[in-house]
Amino acid sequence: MYVAVKGGERAIENAHRLLAHERRGDRDVAEVSLAQISEQLSLGVDRVMTEGSLYDRELAALAIKQARGDMIEAIFLVRAFRATLPRFGATEPVDTGKMEVRRRISATFKDIPGGQILGPTFDYTHRLLDPQLAEGAVPEWPATSEAPSTAMPRVTDILGRDGLIEPAPRADADTPVGDLTREPLSFPADRDLRLQNLARADEGFLLALGYSSQRGYGRNHPFAGEIRLGEVEVEFLAEDVGFAVPLGPITLTECQMVNQFKGSATEAPCFTRGYGLAFGHSERKTMSMALVDRTLRARELGEEVLAPAQDEEFVMSHSDNVQATGFVEHLKLPHYVDFQSELGLLRKLRKEFGDNAQGSPPMQEAAE
Amino acid sequence: MNAPTYNFAYLDEQTKRMIRRAILKAIAIPGYQVPFASREMPMPYGWGTGGVQVTAAILGHDDVLKVISDDTTNAISIRKFFAKTAGVATTTSTADATVIQTRHRIPESTLHAGQVLVYQVPIPEPLRFLEPRETETRRMHALGEYGLMHVKLYEDIARFGHIATSYAYPVKVNARYVMDPSPTPKFDNPKMDNCAALQLFGAGREKRIYAIPPHTSVVSLDFEDHPFTRYRFDAPCALCGADESYLDEIVTDDKGGRMFVCSDTDYCETRQSQGHRGSESAAPHKERAHG
Repeated sequence: MYVAVKGGERAIENAHRLLAHERRGDRDVAEVSLAQISEQLSLGVDRVMTEGSLYDRELAALAIKQARGDMIEAIFLVRAFRATLPRFGATEPVDTGKMEVRRRISATFKDIPGGQILGPTFDYTHRLLDPQLAEGAVPEWPATSEAPSTAMPRVTDILGRDGLIEPAPRADADTPVGDLTREPLSFPADRDLRLQNLARADEGFLLALGYSSQRGYGRNHPFAGEIRLGEVEVEFLAEDVGFAVPLGPITLTECQMVNQFKGSATEAPCFTRGYGLAFGHSERKTMSMALVDRTLRARELGEEVLAPAQDEEFVMSHSDNVQATGFVEHLKLPHYVDFQSELGLLRKLRKEFGDNAQGSPPMQEAAE
Repeated sequence: MNAPTYNFAYLDEQTKRMIRRAILKAIAIPGYQVPFASREMPMPYGWGTGGVQVTAAILGHDDVLKVISDDTTNAISIRKFFAKTAGVATTTSTADATVIQTRHRIPESTLHAGQVLVYQVPIPEPLRFLEPRETETRRMHALGEYGLMHVKLYEDIARFGHIATSYAYPVKVNARYVMDPSPTPKFDNPKMDNCAALQLFGAGREKRIYAIPPHTSVVSLDFEDHPFTRYRFDAPCALCGADESYLDEIVTDDKGGRMFVCSDTDYCETRQSQGHRGSESAAPHKERAHG
C-alpha cells in the first residue's frame, strides 16, 4: 500500500552532513585556512565584500570557505549576517582624492600630474598558464623607488577646473543617505540608491549590461577618465565627542568614466560622468558600474530610454544576485500542488479538443 | 571574529516593529500591497523569506506554529528555524496551531478566530504578467483600473473555452483591490472569503506585505456567463475516502499507474484516525504482498 512520504527532517540532516564532508574534500590534503584565502584568493574576497556590502576580510574568507568557493553563496552568507548587525550611523564621505594610491591610470591623457601608476595588474600579462606556480615557486620581491612627492588630483577634477565636465553633485549634509537595505525601494529612484544598488549588483550582470551599452544598446561614448586603487581613511562623526573619529583605512577601487557631452541653449556643452566604486581591488566591477551608472542617467539627462541598460526598473530589479539566485533556484522546491492544478486543466482542454475533433459541436463562443 | 548572536525569532526588535507597522497598514487597507524594507534572511529569496519575516514579527512565546506542507523539506526547514530561534511549540495539526505559515495550500478544515494564516508569496503583483513595470501597476491599482485583467480572462475563454488560470487565480478584496492569492490552487480561493482567521501575505524578494482581515469579502474574478468554478479531480481520496478535499496525484509506476490522495496530510490523517477509509487503505497496518 501507499504510505505518504515522511522523513524529510532526517534527510535534511544527512544531506548537510554529507555537504560538510564534501566541503572538506580529501582529508589527506591540508585544509585551507582563512588567512590563505584572504591572502592568496584576495580578489575573490574583495568581490564577496563588495557584493556582500560588508567590509570584513576575515568573514568574507570564512564565507568563501563555507561556500566551497561558490561566490554567490558566499555573498549570500555575508548578506544574511550583515542584515542582523545594528546600525550606528553613516560615516563621513570618504575622499578618494586623498587616497594612498597603489594603482592609478587614465586613458584620456598621456600623462597626468602624479603620473600613471600601473601597480599590481593582470593588464599586459600574457595569459599563459605558469607551470612554475604549480610547483610553489617563490616570486621576486617587488621593485621599489622613492614615493612621489607630487599630489595625485583626480582626472575629473582637472577637467572640472575648466568646466569641461559637469560638476560632481554635492551631497547635502542634512539629507540622510538613502539605504535600500533599510527602506523599500520605489521608482523612480535617485542616484544615491541607484549607485548603492549597482555597488551590490552582480559583477557579471553589470559587465554584460555595460558591454551591451558599448555595442550600441544605449551607447554613450565612454572614456576611462581614471581608475584608481588604494587606501582611504574612514571617519565617523561621533555626536558625543563632537568631531570625526578615524575608524581606519579601507581599500577601494574607483572608476570615473568621462562620457559624451550634453549642452542646451542655456548651458555650455560639457562631458558627463559615470561613476563606479567598490571595496578592494575590483576593476572590472567598477568599470562596468560606471558604464551602467551613466546609461541609467538617461532620464535625468533627457535621453530617450530605449535599451535595457538605460531602464532603471529593469536594471535595479534584476541586478541583485542573491535575489536572482533565490528565485531561480526556488523552482527546485516542490510545486506539485500547482502542477496538479495545471494538469487538471490541461487534461480537460485536451478532452474537449478530442471531443470536438470527433465531430461534436464546437465549443461555445466566449461572447455568447 | 565578530561572533553572531541572534534575537528571539531571529529578527531584531527594530525590524520587527517596522514589519508590524507594515502589517497594520496592510490590515487597514485590505488587499493593498504595502512596501516594506525586507531583510536578507538566512534562507534564499523565493524560499519563503516574506512569510518567515511576517511570522517572525508576529510570533510570541505562547504561539504554536504549523508550516504547510508539513512533510516537505522546505516546510520542515522553516519549522526547525523557528523552533531553534524562537523556541516555540510546533505542530502539524491545523486545529492546534495559532500561526500557520503556508506556501501553496489553505488547510481543508475551517480556520477559527484567533488564528493567523501567513502566506509566502513569490510575485505579489496580480498584474505583473500583464504589465511588468511597477510604476505602471501601482498606478493601475490606485485608479482601480483592472480592465486589463478582465481582457486577459476574456481572451482565455475565447481561446480555450475556459479561464486558463488554475492557481494564483486573481481575487477582488473588499470590493476594491485585485489581489494575488499566492500560488494556491484556485480550489482554495473560496476559503479566503469571510474567513474567521487573519490572513497575512509576505513577499520578501519583492518587499511587499498585504492582508485580508477576518470576515472580509474575497471574490474570485469571473464573468456572469462564465462563473468561477473550483477544480478538483473527480475521485475520493485513496487513503481516507474524502470527496471534498484537494488531491495530489501520486504516480505509482511507469505504466500509467497513479492514485489520488489528500494534499492536506493533517486533514487526511485526522480522517483516517476517525476510521474513514479509502480504496488503498483497507488494511492500513499490513504490507500488501507484491507481485
